[in-house]
Amino acid sequence: MSVAVTDKLEAPGAKEPSAGGMKTRRVLGDVVSHVFLAVMAVAWLVPVAWVLMESFNANTKPYTTTFFPTEYTIDNYVKLFTDTEVMNFGQMFMRTLFIAIVVCLISVFFVLSVSFCMSRLRFRFRKPFMNGALILGMFPGIMSVVAIYFILKAMGLTSSSSGTVAALIIVYAGGSGALFYVMKGFMDTIPFSLDEAAILDGCTRWQVFTRIILPITQPMIVYQAIVGFMVPWLDFVLAKAICRTQENYTVSLGLWQMLQKEYIGTWFARFAAGAVCVSVPIAILFVLMQRFYQSSMSGAVKG
Amino acid sequence: MTQAAAPPGASRRPKGKQRGKPVALAPSPYSLGAAFRRGDVYTKASAVVMGLGNIVRGQIVKGLVFLAAEIGFLWLFMVSGIHSLKGLGQLGPVTKGTQEWDAEGNYVMVSPTNSVEVLLYGIAWVLAIMLFIVLWTFAVRSAYKAQVLAGARGKAPSFQDDLKSLADQRLYGTLMTLPTLGLLLFTVLPLIFMISMAFTSFDNDHTPAFNWVGLKNFAVVLSSSGSGDIGVNAKLFLSVLIWTLVWAFFATFLNFFLGMFMAMIILRAGTRFKSFWRVCFSMSIAVPQFVSLLVVNQMLQQEGIVNKLLQNWGWIDESLPFFTNATWARVTVIVVNLWIGIPYTIMQVTGILQNIPAETNEAAKIDGANWWERYIYVTMPYIFFVMTPYLITTFTANVNNFNVIYLLSKGAPTPVGDSAGKTDLLITWLYKLTVDRGNYNVGAVIGIFTFIVLAVVSLITYRSSGSYRNEEGFR
Repeated sequence: MSVAVTDKLEAPGAKEPSAGGMKTRRVLGDVVSHVFLAVMAVAWLVPVAWVLMESFNANTKPYTTTFFPTEYTIDNYVKLFTDTEVMNFGQMFMRTLFIAIVVCLISVFFVLSVSFCMSRLRFRFRKPFMNGALILGMFPGIMSVVAIYFILKAMGLTSSSSGTVAALIIVYAGGSGALFYVMKGFMDTIPFSLDEAAILDGCTRWQVFTRIILPITQPMIVYQAIVGFMVPWLDFVLAKAICRTQENYTVSLGLWQMLQKEYIGTWFARFAAGAVCVSVPIAILFVLMQRFYQSSMSGAVKG
Repeated sequence: MTQAAAPPGASRRPKGKQRGKPVALAPSPYSLGAAFRRGDVYTKASAVVMGLGNIVRGQIVKGLVFLAAEIGFLWLFMVSGIHSLKGLGQLGPVTKGTQEWDAEGNYVMVSPTNSVEVLLYGIAWVLAIMLFIVLWTFAVRSAYKAQVLAGARGKAPSFQDDLKSLADQRLYGTLMTLPTLGLLLFTVLPLIFMISMAFTSFDNDHTPAFNWVGLKNFAVVLSSSGSGDIGVNAKLFLSVLIWTLVWAFFATFLNFFLGMFMAMIILRAGTRFKSFWRVCFSMSIAVPQFVSLLVVNQMLQQEGIVNKLLQNWGWIDESLPFFTNATWARVTVIVVNLWIGIPYTIMQVTGILQNIPAETNEAAKIDGANWWERYIYVTMPYIFFVMTPYLITTFTANVNNFNVIYLLSKGAPTPVGDSAGKTDLLITWLYKLTVDRGNYNVGAVIGIFTFIVLAVVSLITYRSSGSYRNEEGFR
């Protein structure tokens, strides 16, 4: 932290144009800020690199004397997906992927529908719905986790494996209608004159939605799809409350299980391998998102 | 930091009133009152036999749908609704399982009432009745509308016309139904269910049968003696509340200022390889939060790698008390949270910093303002203006930041006899009380207090912030 403090004092000073020694000060500022960024980058990258290296560690125990592993092997990945006796990680992975994709599709549709109605249509139910969503957001989500479990139990969805998958999909997708604020904010920036012109030309509101608003909203749809995928992909709390037995676990629960006392001794390296596997889809999605921002955001906001 | 990074478009300011349509809506001419005042005998009869008015005016399908809905609802109500609503009065009439002889002389087991089910079905039925009342209003108004339109045009809109209007003027009806139902079933119903638990005796000792106890649980949480069994008292509640607010304050503002500082260093003119630095700091976003938290938790254990390495190098003799000393644990969770949150802040602030209108800065420069003055009087007000709503949501998210605490420190260190540890937030305390220990009633009380805290904080800050009072301020 001491680096940050000294830098904070010096870096701004370096930019200040003063008569004498301006160049030396600027060079000094450049050096200090680069050193600072390098130190910080190390702080951020080391844990990430450590997980990556650990996933190839030949020694599967968590407590070692060296920071980085001394021997490397690909065994952990192979075992993670083939050694299914104690924990079937491959199955968990596919199950979570399926849940995440279905939830992603439903929640994108829900969010688009609700934000279109909130932004473009005017009806009596609109204000109460917006205020209600705001108030609902202030209640701690954890509070309803137990209740959701009881509701699903009453619906008979908690005993079987396929039932749990359905339960998770319903729960994640069911709550997504309240997450419309960002999308609505974006739709508000699209000029209303576009809608009015289309309606004068004989479009129905549905056609305005599908042919005018949706194409303009495309970059935001990508963002929403990523969020809709990540929530079920990474969720821990709700999954833990709903999937009570190991046959029904999602990836996050599986990884959590590997770090429990009875497993950690043999499973730590495989945990790291699993963590890398879970990170890959997210990394891919982030690259996709970056590209979409740069390409289509500029066109959408001209209006 | 539980939120995903908001996209650049999210921070865009609304473009002002001239863009929006007029907000005020004229009240509908087909209101419930009008239906009863000016409706004819068929319209009024529709209040009893739903859909009758529609059938008479030729809207056969619509009328039959209303009628079928009414019959279906009434049948279900007779079969199970009455029973469920009656159960709400006394949740657990049978508190202990016994054995007794029934009328025919068979020896039967009497199991205690499953009060959770009674409560759940009762609340679900209250909600269902409210939904039915909405449908009923809708049916009566629809009958009156059919009457008026049939009178004016000679013919009420046909079923096809109705379907068409659902894709056009009443598109909201089509699009909103499923999301609203989802919210009702999986957000509103569970919430009411949990709130009502705060007024029952549903704890570890009273399961499965429990009963209404009024405000007793609130008294337990707020009394100085509290409850020894559950490990709850006013002192503990107050200390958890204060730590929650302190945590949320530091987690929000340290993240914000340090993230902004780093974003500015990356953006400053002399810095090279700007995109390389940004990639470095966003790498950690790809690692799922629960993974990094679990890993850090492992690393910082008494026997974890950090302590081992420091000991091997001879820097320390004893393990550092990361999660065993209250102050250490609190600082640790805040610092680890910085590691998780700063990359998101950098991503967001970078977009905003680049959006600052260049001319204001130029003008200030020409007027002789130095770097610091421009930063304080131009950059900061702008950032605060744009970021206030974001800061409020982040603060809220941090008060409810379950993951960081539960996966990182599990609330440790926990003094003996207390149900909450020194790093427990209200939200993790609630989780421990309910899921781990089964004291649902006290947990629900904590949940309600959390809501009150959040609502008060958001209201005060939001109302006094520039972006609420003066939407056009930066124009």
